[in-house]
Amino acid sequence: MMLKITIDNQTIEVEEGTTILQAARKIGGSVVPPAMCWYSKLEGSGGKCRTCLVKVSEGSAKDPRPLPKLVASCRTPVVDGMVVQNKTSPEVLEARKAIVEFLLINHPLDCPVCDQAGECDLQDLSYDNGKVSCRYQESRREFEVIDIGNLIKLHMNRCILCYRCVYVADQIAGKRVHGILYRGDVSEISTYIKNSIDHNFSGNVIDVCPVGALTDKTFRFKNRVWFLKPMTAHRDCPTCSGKVIAWMRGSEIYRITGRKDEFGEVEEFICNECRFEKKNINDWIVEGPTTLKRHSVISQNHYKEIKTPSIINPLKEKMEKQTNDE
Amino acid sequence: MGRKILLENSDIPNIKSFDVFRAHGGYVSVEKALKTMAPDEIIEEVKKSGLRGRGGAGFPTGLKWTFLDRKSNKPRYLVCNGDESEPGTFKDRYLMEKLPHLLIEGMICSSFALGVNTAYIYIRGEFKYLLGILNQAINEAYKNGFLGKNILGTNFSLDMYVHPGAGAYICGEETALLESLEGNRGNPRIKPPFPAVVGLYDCPTVVNNVETLANVGYIVNFGGDAYASIGLGKSTGTKLISACGNINNPGVYEIELGMSVEDFIYKEEFCGGIKDKLELKAVVPGGSSVPIVPKELILFTASGEKRLMTYESLAEGGFESGTMLGSGGFIVYDQNACIVRNTWNFSRFYHHESCGQCSPCREGTGWMEKILWRIEHGHGNMKDIDLLISIADKIEGNTICPLGDAAAWPVASAIRHFREDFIFHVQYPEIVKNIKHGALYKYDNQD
Repeated sequence: MMLKITIDNQTIEVEEGTTILQAARKIGGSVVPPAMCWYSKLEGSGGKCRTCLVKVSEGSAKDPRPLPKLVASCRTPVVDGMVVQNKTSPEVLEARKAIVEFLLINHPLDCPVCDQAGECDLQDLSYDNGKVSCRYQESRREFEVIDIGNLIKLHMNRCILCYRCVYVADQIAGKRVHGILYRGDVSEISTYIKNSIDHNFSGNVIDVCPVGALTDKTFRFKNRVWFLKPMTAHRDCPTCSGKVIAWMRGSEIYRITGRKDEFGEVEEFICNECRFEKKNINDWIVEGPTTLKRHSVISQNHYKEIKTPSIINPLKEKMEKQTNDE
Repeated sequence: MGRKILLENSDIPNIKSFDVFRAHGGYVSVEKALKTMAPDEIIEEVKKSGLRGRGGAGFPTGLKWTFLDRKSNKPRYLVCNGDESEPGTFKDRYLMEKLPHLLIEGMICSSFALGVNTAYIYIRGEFKYLLGILNQAINEAYKNGFLGKNILGTNFSLDMYVHPGAGAYICGEETALLESLEGNRGNPRIKPPFPAVVGLYDCPTVVNNVETLANVGYIVNFGGDAYASIGLGKSTGTKLISACGNINNPGVYEIELGMSVEDFIYKEEFCGGIKDKLELKAVVPGGSSVPIVPKELILFTASGEKRLMTYESLAEGGFESGTMLGSGGFIVYDQNACIVRNTWNFSRFYHHESCGQCSPCREGTGWMEKILWRIEHGHGNMKDIDLLISIADKIEGNTICPLGDAAAWPVASAIRHFREDFIFHVQYPEIVKNIKHGALYKYDNQD
C-alpha cells in the first residue's frame, strides 16, 4: 500500500516503512530537513542530532490530531495522510536554530585551520540556520588530538557526536574497537585503550564524518578543498567498487574520497587501499569533473548553490585521448 | 484516611523472610490469581483500579498493559524498574529493603496476567545492598514453589532475575534500562517503536515501577473497585512519598491520595512541620525534575483552592502555577534555603547524568550548569537569567528522552517563581562570594 504524505504543501506517495526524511528527499528541494547524524546506509543511525526535527501538524488520515512534540524526521515512519511542516513552520525553524546553537557552543570554530572547511555539513547548517553572534561565554570542552591508527586523525573537539563513525566501525569495518567513552558533554569517540582501527574499510569513517573530527592523515594540511577539482574516477579494485572522486590540482591527486550524492552521503564505501595509497594519476581512470549537486561553501567566498559544474576540466584533452585509445 | 496498602506490615520484625511474610497473608494473591482467575480478568481488575504508574509519569498501568503486543509469537518480558535515581526520591529502595516479597508477589501476578515467563528486577548500581536481599527473597520464593516451573501445580512458569545497573540516572528511562539490561551502553532508544512492541531483546516488554507492581497483589486480592475506593478521583490508591529537606520528620510515608498538602507538611504523623520553626519557602513535590513552587502555590492553587496530594491537583494551573506529583520525592525548603544554589545543584546533577546522545541535552545541560555556577558564585549578570530561560525552553521537548525536560523544568520554574533570588545574586556578588557554603546560604537579612 502506498502512503500519502504532505510535506510543506507538497504531496507524495511513498512505500510503507519510509521515514519522513526519506519522503522529503524524494520530493527534494527546500523541503528536505538537514541531517547531521542519520545516514541511509548505516542501520540504527539517526535521531541524535535533532536538526531534522519537523512538525507533524496532522498525524494521519484517521486521526488528524497534530503530534504534541516536534519529531525527528529521520526516524519517524510515514503514516498515511500525514501532514508535515518543515520550512513552513516557525516552530521548526526556531528549534533548528536552537540545535545549531547547541552544536556550536562546544565546537572550536577553527574552520580556518580545519581540513573539512568548505565541505562541512556543520558549516552549511550554520550558514543556513545559525546566528551571527554567540551567547556562550563559558569555557569549551577540550580534548587531545589523537591518532586512530596511522591513517586517521581524531579531533574530538570538533566532534558533534553523531555516532556515524561508530556505526561504520560496527557494520562495515568489522571487529569494532572504537566507540563512545564516558557520557554527557564529556563523552568522546575513542578507541578503547589506545587501540588503532585496523581494517581495510576503516577509512570510511572520514567520509561519513559530518564535521572535521576525523580527517585523512595523508591529506591533512596539504590543500584546501576549494582549490581542488573533484574528478570522478575509477580503478579496478579487488576489494571495493573502486568508484571514487579524485581531488586534483593540476595533474596531481591530493586525496581520494567516496562518491557522494546530493545529500552528502557516500554512494559506495571504498577501501583503504584506494583511499590512502593510490595517489598517482596513473592508478586511476579519470572520467571527468564531478557535478556537485549539493549546497556547498566550496565556491570561494560566495555561499551559493552550485547547479552546474563550474569548473573547467583541465584534463579534457588528455581524457578524450585516453578514451579514444581504449 | 490513613489506610495503608504497601507498608501495612512493614514494621513486623523479619518481614523480609518468606515465612513471616507468608504468615501475614503474603502470596495469597498468587494463589488466587493462578488458581481462580484468567489473565485477562487480572488486567481488567488493574484497569478498574485506576492504578497509575508510580515512577513519575503517572500513566494508567492497565492501559499500558493492553498495549503489550500479544500477536507476535515472541516471548514477552516484564521488567521492574528499580533504578530509582531521582534526587529526593527514596521510596522504592525502602519497599525493596523492607518488603522484597511484596514486590515479588506483585510481579508474579503481573507476569501471569501478561503471559510473561521471564521477569527482571533492574536495580541501580548504588543499591548493591539490595541485591542480596532481593536474591535471597527470590531464592525463598523458588524454594517454596512460587517461582520456577509449574507454580502451585498450574502450568504457569516464571523465572525472575535481579540485575544491578552500573550507576546511571538515565537507566531509569525505560528504553535506556532495556539497553543496559541487554548489556549495552545505557542510551535511550528512539521511539517509536515502544517497548510494548519492541523491547527487551526485541521482544514485547512491559516496564513498571517497583511501587506500581507491589500494588498489584492488593488489587488481585481485593479487586479493582476496592483499590479505586481509596484515593480521590482519578488518583486512586495510596502513594509512597519520600519526604526530605528542612522538615522535622523526614522519611517514607504511605499516604492516601487526596490528602491536603498542608496536612502532609504540618501534621505530626507526617512531615511534622518545618524544622526550627522556620517558615516554608518552597516545595519540590515529585523529585528534582518537577517544577519547584513557592509556599503560596503549594498550599493553595492559583484559584485559591486547597492543593491536594493528587496527580490532578498538583498539576492544576499547568507549569505557570502548578507542578507534578512525579515520583513522590517531596523536598521542602525553609525560608533560609538558597534557591539559586539548589537549582545549580540540580542542574549539576543533570549535566553529570546526561547520556550525551542528543545535542540539546548534551550541550544544554552543561551550559545551564555553567551559567548557574557563575550566578551562584557571584559572577553572573542580568542577561544570564533570561538566557537560562531561553536555554531551558530550547531543550524542552526537543530531546530523545525526558531527561532533557527534567533538566529544563527545575531551572525554568525556579526563575519563574524566584527571580528575585537570582537578581540578588547578580546584584550583590560580593555578599554572595563571601559566604562559606557549609550549609545553604542564608542571605535573607543581609542587605
